[in-house]
Amino acid sequence: MIGQEFVQLSLTPMLVGILASLACALPGNFLLLRRQTLIGDAISHVVLPGIVVAFLISGSIAAWPMMLGASGAALVAVLMIEAVKRFGRIESGAAMGVIFTSMFAGGVLLLEQSDTSSVHLDVQHALYGNLESLIWLSAEGWGSLFDLAALSEMPPQVGRLFVVLALVVAFIAVFWSSLKIATFDESFALSIGIPARLLGFALVALTAIAAVAAFDAVGSIIVIAMFICPAATARLMTDDLVVQVLWSAVFAVVSAVLGYMLAGYLPGLLGYDYAVSAAGMMATVSGLILGVACLFGPKRKRIAPTA
Amino acid sequence: MTEFVSALLLQSGYNAALVAIGSALLGLAAGGTGTFVFLRKRALISDAAAHSTLPGIGLAFIIMVALGGDGRNLFGLIAGSALSAIVGLLVVDWITKSTRLPEDAAIGAVLSVFFGFGVVLLTVIQVMSAGKQAGLEGYLLGSTAGMLFQEAATIALVGAISAGALLLLHRRMIVVAFDPQYAETMGFSVRATDLMTMGLVLLVTVIGLKVVGLILIVALLIIPPVTARFWTNRVDRLVTIAAVSGGLAAYIGAALSAAYPKVPTGAIIVLVSFVMFAISFLLAPERGVVGSLLRHLRFQHRVHRRQGLLELARGETIYDRMTLRVLQRAGYLRGDGVATLAGRAAAAQELKNEARWEIARRRNIEFADAARFDGLSQIDTVLTADEIAEIDAELSRQIGAVS
Repeated sequence: MIGQEFVQLSLTPMLVGILASLACALPGNFLLLRRQTLIGDAISHVVLPGIVVAFLISGSIAAWPMMLGASGAALVAVLMIEAVKRFGRIESGAAMGVIFTSMFAGGVLLLEQSDTSSVHLDVQHALYGNLESLIWLSAEGWGSLFDLAALSEMPPQVGRLFVVLALVVAFIAVFWSSLKIATFDESFALSIGIPARLLGFALVALTAIAAVAAFDAVGSIIVIAMFICPAATARLMTDDLVVQVLWSAVFAVVSAVLGYMLAGYLPGLLGYDYAVSAAGMMATVSGLILGVACLFGPKRKRIAPTA
Repeated sequence: MTEFVSALLLQSGYNAALVAIGSALLGLAAGGTGTFVFLRKRALISDAAAHSTLPGIGLAFIIMVALGGDGRNLFGLIAGSALSAIVGLLVVDWITKSTRLPEDAAIGAVLSVFFGFGVVLLTVIQVMSAGKQAGLEGYLLGSTAGMLFQEAATIALVGAISAGALLLLHRRMIVVAFDPQYAETMGFSVRATDLMTMGLVLLVTVIGLKVVGLILIVALLIIPPVTARFWTNRVDRLVTIAAVSGGLAAYIGAALSAAYPKVPTGAIIVLVSFVMFAISFLLAPERGVVGSLLRHLRFQHRVHRRQGLLELARGETIYDRMTLRVLQRAGYLRGDGVATLAGRAAAAQELKNEARWEIARRRNIEFADAARFDGLSQIDTVLTADEIAEIDAELSRQIGAVS
């Protein structure tokens, strides 16, 4: 399993899984504390209409039009949710429910109406991704990681996710203290001159970027799972934000690696010769880890009100 | 178009008519049920229920095949989906109760993890059925093509049952939604009522799977109540409007899908529902965006008119552009900023009313209605002619005293 075959077939999907999970889990920490986790859910649903519209306009399923379309749709969704909340005076959960289901339905209808038989674009792909197909044929072993020619043949998702992850880490590192204050006490943040609202919007934009980049490789289920589960698990481990973010990164990586391994090798161990959905398995593993933390996490309880 | 009309009139064949009626009942039940979830501010918890049906569908299929039966048996799949949705809801409840994670995180975690596990099971089934289409993908987005009579009848029956249950339970649900403590004193257990609501949500969800699919069924529970909210502030009307708009959307959607090729039923029902929402959001008289905007503009106009006339009466120069525009358009001011005859009369009248108001407010024991003073209402719309006459008498006494 550690030889050339592993590098060719398993290394890149695993790497993509890890990068995607990290890119989603890190902003997930802040979404969790701001009670905005479901915005990740909403965004990953509206990615579908985004890519369908992008396909109808550009006529191809190249990566960049897809990414642009998906980001555009995410932006439209966030603005519409905000409009329904503010002008319609509707509670935010319901506002999200109205907008993301309607946009998803629009995507499904457009997809059925347009001729996409020639390209690989369907609802299943949007939900599950195609992690397993991200193989690196030109690799000849671990040495290929240092071979520029072979590296350039790597599935482009690796490079894109790497850039997005770097962006996410940079954003969190640069705005760390402002983000922290704005998350815990928005009015205080505003009073000391931190543009908390702008920061909140930037966080949502970052979430959208992470969701769109990860979605292309792993589908939307895993995106939602990774926004929530690692951060929620980490929240049950510690009261310290730094430690929480680090824990969430650990849980994201473990879910991705373990999920991929289980999807590939578990049926084999049970005597069947097939593999199950890696994306689904990663989400499952992240949920199991969360379940364990809910039972045994050291900080799982609410702080009891002092008498 | 004619195909659509004939589908609307249930003339497009037996199957299409079945689907349309079944969908309408489903939409009716979903809209009514959804209202209570919406009032409890827990709209998205139904999304967790809907997504967590997938592993149940998969497991039910695997078990039925393992027992040598047909994996696609609707009743088996419905039972499986209901069981796993119950597990999903219990997990959400357990996470929120026993850990410090907020409900939205619990909802998101359950919906994504259950759905992910369901997808794992779907890949297992794909291999099991060895290339044959298991047809379970239909439950993701719904498929009404080739619906059997017993399937449609089941949907209609369960739709009717949930509508009936709603009729029986709506009073206590209303009380619990608005005042949980009062409900407890009346002997309605909040927890039991919430459970009943979730039971209805579950019922609607599992029968909606076949028509709308598990990703979009939540839309039928959320969009109609939100739509209804724009039209009324009364809860009984809210439930009725939500139920009717849900039923109507489902009926029209099913007819559209029967009339035109390549129009998926679930998606079009949601979109019709969204159109109803959008119309209400924009045009509803009280809470609609256009109505609010018009009210705002009218208010702004009245403020500027009053301010401008008072400034004219006091002989002050008006600088505010908007005030100038308002007065010029009313014919009170010439283009060069000099007051017209009508303008001077209106200004005098405004000043007189201002003085009347002052007296009315000072003597607010006699003129109780003067408490309604908001700075804008015309005095003759608030006080009676007799009262105004008395105020005027007082006013002339004051003027006499000054001179």
